[in-house]
Amino acid sequence: MGLLVAVGVPAIQIGYVILVEHLLSLLPARTQRTLRPGLWLAPALAFLATFLIYPAVYTVYLSVLDARSAAFVGVRNYVFAFTNREMLIALRNNLLWLVCFTGLTVGAGLLLAVLTDRVRYEAAAKSIIFLPMAISFVAASVIWKFVYEFRPAGAPQIGVLNAALTALLPGFRPVAWLVNLLTNNLALIAVGVWVWTGFCLVILSAALKGIPAELLEAARVDGATEWQVFRRLVLPTLSPTIAVVATTMVIFALKAFDVVYVMTNGNFNTEVIANRMYKEMFTSRDFGRASAIAVLLFGATVPIMIANIRRFRQQEAIR
Amino acid sequence: MAQALQPLRATLRRAPLHVVLLGLCALWLVPTVGLLISSFRPPRLVPVSGWWTALVPPYQFTLQNYRQVLDAYSMGRSFLNSLFITIPATIIPVIVAAYAAYAFAWMRFRGQEVLFTIVVGSLVIPLQMTLIPVLRLFTALGLAGTFPAVWLAHTGYGLPFAIYLLRNFLGALPRDLLESAAIDGAAPLTVFVRLILPLSVPAIASLVIFQFLWVWNDLLVALIYVGGAPQVAPMTVTVSHLVSSLGQNWQLLTAAAFISMVLPLAVFFSLQQFFVRGILAGAVKG
Repeated sequence: MGLLVAVGVPAIQIGYVILVEHLLSLLPARTQRTLRPGLWLAPALAFLATFLIYPAVYTVYLSVLDARSAAFVGVRNYVFAFTNREMLIALRNNLLWLVCFTGLTVGAGLLLAVLTDRVRYEAAAKSIIFLPMAISFVAASVIWKFVYEFRPAGAPQIGVLNAALTALLPGFRPVAWLVNLLTNNLALIAVGVWVWTGFCLVILSAALKGIPAELLEAARVDGATEWQVFRRLVLPTLSPTIAVVATTMVIFALKAFDVVYVMTNGNFNTEVIANRMYKEMFTSRDFGRASAIAVLLFGATVPIMIANIRRFRQQEAIR
Repeated sequence: MAQALQPLRATLRRAPLHVVLLGLCALWLVPTVGLLISSFRPPRLVPVSGWWTALVPPYQFTLQNYRQVLDAYSMGRSFLNSLFITIPATIIPVIVAAYAAYAFAWMRFRGQEVLFTIVVGSLVIPLQMTLIPVLRLFTALGLAGTFPAVWLAHTGYGLPFAIYLLRNFLGALPRDLLESAAIDGAAPLTVFVRLILPLSVPAIASLVIFQFLWVWNDLLVALIYVGGAPQVAPMTVTVSHLVSSLGQNWQLLTAAAFISMVLPLAVFFSLQQFFVRGILAGAVKG
């Protein structure tokens, strides 16, 4: 079965263009030129329409219907999305993710880009920071759940965080990081930061290397301190790249799901919007509410979508 | 004397830099090392002593945990499921995107700009917006809970980025090269196969790695469209279930998690250059 698919599916896809081109060759040249783009685009457009455009529109429609999509309920699901206690916690937490996750990934990425640029083991250091990008959030959750493992004071700590803090700080009492209401959201966000900082580092580091060395040298010769060089020269030059990286991180902060689903499943006030949507969809089977929550999430990404399209248009104008 | 101290002073001044950087590297590495070591420790030791105690003699390591998760907790089956899901879900979108990117980059037609703007816009549509209607569609077609459902869904979800990346790469190819081929009377299909594909190998390689890792590591799409039945569940779904069912059995959880990381880590170490290049090329992706 596996082999059949591995060979069969690409064969169908390759067969498609061969067939298209064969049929086109039977037509006059002008007609060919008119029809060809549409036919080469057709598979992609069919997939986009079926799996993104149509479902998105349909979800907006479902969001004004009841749980079983049978009756019109107006804005009732949206009222729920903004007033339900769990939803309010989720909204607060996503805001926390938005600020902390974005700030920490971009901040750490920038710091590491500047630091790694100055040492001989740059490639190795970058690989280490970048490595978690290859790991699934599920595996990362297991890794960090073990780091956060808690045993009551006095018992041997097997989680590395509590063990290290107990050993280093006299009188430190072990913390149940994922249960404690003050630490648990930050503990989850830290996992996200661990995974995504490498992404920020790679992009910011490449941009940093794009700054001409003579420019930096000239500033140093003129007596600028390293901090001034960074603040007045490096940061302004990197700011468009920082903006791009930050918007990408904002998207991930809004869509945060896996880490929360695996590590706490939203318990102890760690709920996020994406996990609420999953629960409404599968646990409560309320498709109206689930859709309204999805639309809410989509609404939050629209400004970024518009910014992306604008930036793309500008790039095209330069080309 | 003062001159002899110069290099030492320079080293000392740079010491904080090394301390901070090496400290951060340790912070990034230690959690994974802990996972790896714990997965090889005997079950009776894991709950009573930290994994770092295994670094000094007497050394006690075992493969027992791996044997147990592969047999009793169907991680072996899940590994194969992950392969069955990931390979077609990587190949299909790359081919579909290559056709579309060729049309976007090298053909002229009405509505071109609008269509591509839609592609750029759809880069950031949250998957959540599509889950319910697509699940209903799959249920109606009898595909829910099967591999083809995830192949199709991942193709749809991966396409905006794939088209975007390839179109930008193809658009940057030298114009005269392709025009001279057209003047020589080469058919579009010949140009595509003989010229475009060979030239875009680096971009396609980046894309393949991206899509592979994204599908292999995905939890949400698999959870919704194939679910948790052992005969179809990929490793992400299985491991996430083990986290709730095994609870404190860290030696088993760490072994299961490590099995799920082996292939992506191998891909990462052998093809890191392509991965980095892809990230840089697709940086606008939101």
